[in-house]
Amino acid sequence: MTSIHVTDLTKDFSVRKGIGREAFRAVDSVSFDLLPGRTVALVGESGSGKSTIARMLAKLEKPSSGKIDVTLDDGTPVMGSVYRRHVQMVFQDPFASLNPFHSIEHHIARPLRIHRRTRGRAETHERVLDMLERVNLRPAEDMAARRPHELSGGQRQRIAIARALAPGAQVLIADEPVSMLDVSIRLGVLNLMGRLQREDNLAVLYITHDLATARHFSDEILVLYRGRVVERGPADDVILDPHHDYTKLLALAAPDPERVGKVVSDESAPDRSSIDNSICYDHYARAWVQAGSAPAGDALAAKAAVR
Amino acid sequence: MTPTQEAPVASRPRTRRDAVLTIDDLTVVYEVENPVTAVKSASLTLAPGEILGLAGESGCGKTTLAYAINRLHKPPARIATGSITFHDRDGTDVDLLALGEQELRAFRWSKLSMVFQGAMNALNPVTTILTQLDDVLVTHEKQLSKAQRRARAAEVLERVGVDPVRLRSYPHELSGGMRQRVMIAMAMLLEPQIMIMDEPTTALDVVVQRDILREIVRLRDELDFAVVFITHDLPLLLEISDRIAVMLQGEIVELSTAEQIYADAQHPYTRRLLSSFPSLSGSRGAFIRTGVDEGSPLEQDTRTIVLPDPDDLEDPR
Repeated sequence: MTSIHVTDLTKDFSVRKGIGREAFRAVDSVSFDLLPGRTVALVGESGSGKSTIARMLAKLEKPSSGKIDVTLDDGTPVMGSVYRRHVQMVFQDPFASLNPFHSIEHHIARPLRIHRRTRGRAETHERVLDMLERVNLRPAEDMAARRPHELSGGQRQRIAIARALAPGAQVLIADEPVSMLDVSIRLGVLNLMGRLQREDNLAVLYITHDLATARHFSDEILVLYRGRVVERGPADDVILDPHHDYTKLLALAAPDPERVGKVVSDESAPDRSSIDNSICYDHYARAWVQAGSAPAGDALAAKAAVR
Repeated sequence: MTPTQEAPVASRPRTRRDAVLTIDDLTVVYEVENPVTAVKSASLTLAPGEILGLAGESGCGKTTLAYAINRLHKPPARIATGSITFHDRDGTDVDLLALGEQELRAFRWSKLSMVFQGAMNALNPVTTILTQLDDVLVTHEKQLSKAQRRARAAEVLERVGVDPVRLRSYPHELSGGMRQRVMIAMAMLLEPQIMIMDEPTTALDVVVQRDILREIVRLRDELDFAVVFITHDLPLLLEISDRIAVMLQGEIVELSTAEQIYADAQHPYTRRLLSSFPSLSGSRGAFIRTGVDEGSPLEQDTRTIVLPDPDDLEDPR
């Protein structure tokens, strides 16, 4: 199985400022591991660098510094086309990520052909139907012939998942996979991803701003604020016992009917200026650490114990 | 009556109207090949100063209902039956379905305004914020001078928490949350008695969303308008609304106070909607990675009718 070790990942963008340009640090020394069978959630507001991390992992963006080590179980580095085959992405908007011109069959057959997973038309067709069955799109034969506009948002997102898994993905990067979907079908899609993860022992990076699903869907949560990880730890610990001001702010902002307290007008606006993203609370080490520093040695040991 | 000359908000006498809007037995039909009844005999009343949540999934008729209240429908959509009555602050009742073109034009925005779905993209990208706010005032408040209009525009922006310096900005220079606030400012420019908000926070992240909700509640308290808040996010509605109407396939299947809906939902669909949100702080519930079977009702799509896209409807096939 393939796992990913990210060390001190940093990305600078060059932005226009007046007539000159200046560097904007979108991601600042972020480190984490993606291991088979485990889900890591990246949580944060828009602009916190979540999607940039995803794009760097999928090789859509080049890191400014830091390392992304992708290795097989025996430590062999994964590179080139195998990398592209093993690390696959599911995008946020299922209405934009499928080509309206092509049939569903085409969408799933293409990665199979590109990665030479099947030989001949008959085998490809069979594999496409298999994949559709796996994502609960039945009858598969009928679905394969349709075009994206004939499907609902949830069905389209299933196609996107099938497309990512078709070439034999081992690491799935899901960038807000359900935020564009209707609430009543969100859980279905997440449940589906959970089942596929168990079946294939996938490593999943789940990017979201929805704390509730992050908590239920992942093993580990990283809270990102202005490019830095400000809190990390097991999902329940981070959500139920937040330490960093920003995590608290996020938890407070999320609608939660079980918490007493409606939105009221005299509620004071949170003070953003006091939020410090240079420190990070590590629930494994149970201590504050410098944001950006890799988890300390004993933290890794604690992490291993959790597993 | 210019807004600037009005009595201070706090001293405005609260009228004893028990409703500001009454919808009775409203049915909206899309007259396409196989006519689709998008709203089926919906009835509800909106009390002054109330926040009424309208929940349901896409295609259930939420937006169609909102458009009907504003009389925004074009053929093939048709209001088949029912009545919509607006009870004005001064005591007169207005039958919205009987208004002529000019009356309707005067009525819209000054009595009832709307924050449209995808408000982030609803601003005109090629003119400044000031021009767009000014447009409303030029149309509805002809007697105002240029300086007065500008002052009024600055005032509403300030009210929603946007620096009036931004009047000179173009929409692309603002963040999503700010554009959303500008849209809300535009909707309250004429101090309407009802504001309809169609998914005003959907594309925003939770922190900004909370900011905007707080703003809406505060403005409601200050200006005493009623809000129809449309969204599919039921937990959010539970936090902001006084009463919630749940729609399913064009029908209002449940209408009750927020507390009642949360504690004791009557309709199975409401319970299903509630259960499709994993709770943030509660127990893990019937969720996911432990291997819940996927054949559970959560999985199935209840929609049997699919509404034609409004855009599709407009171009002649």
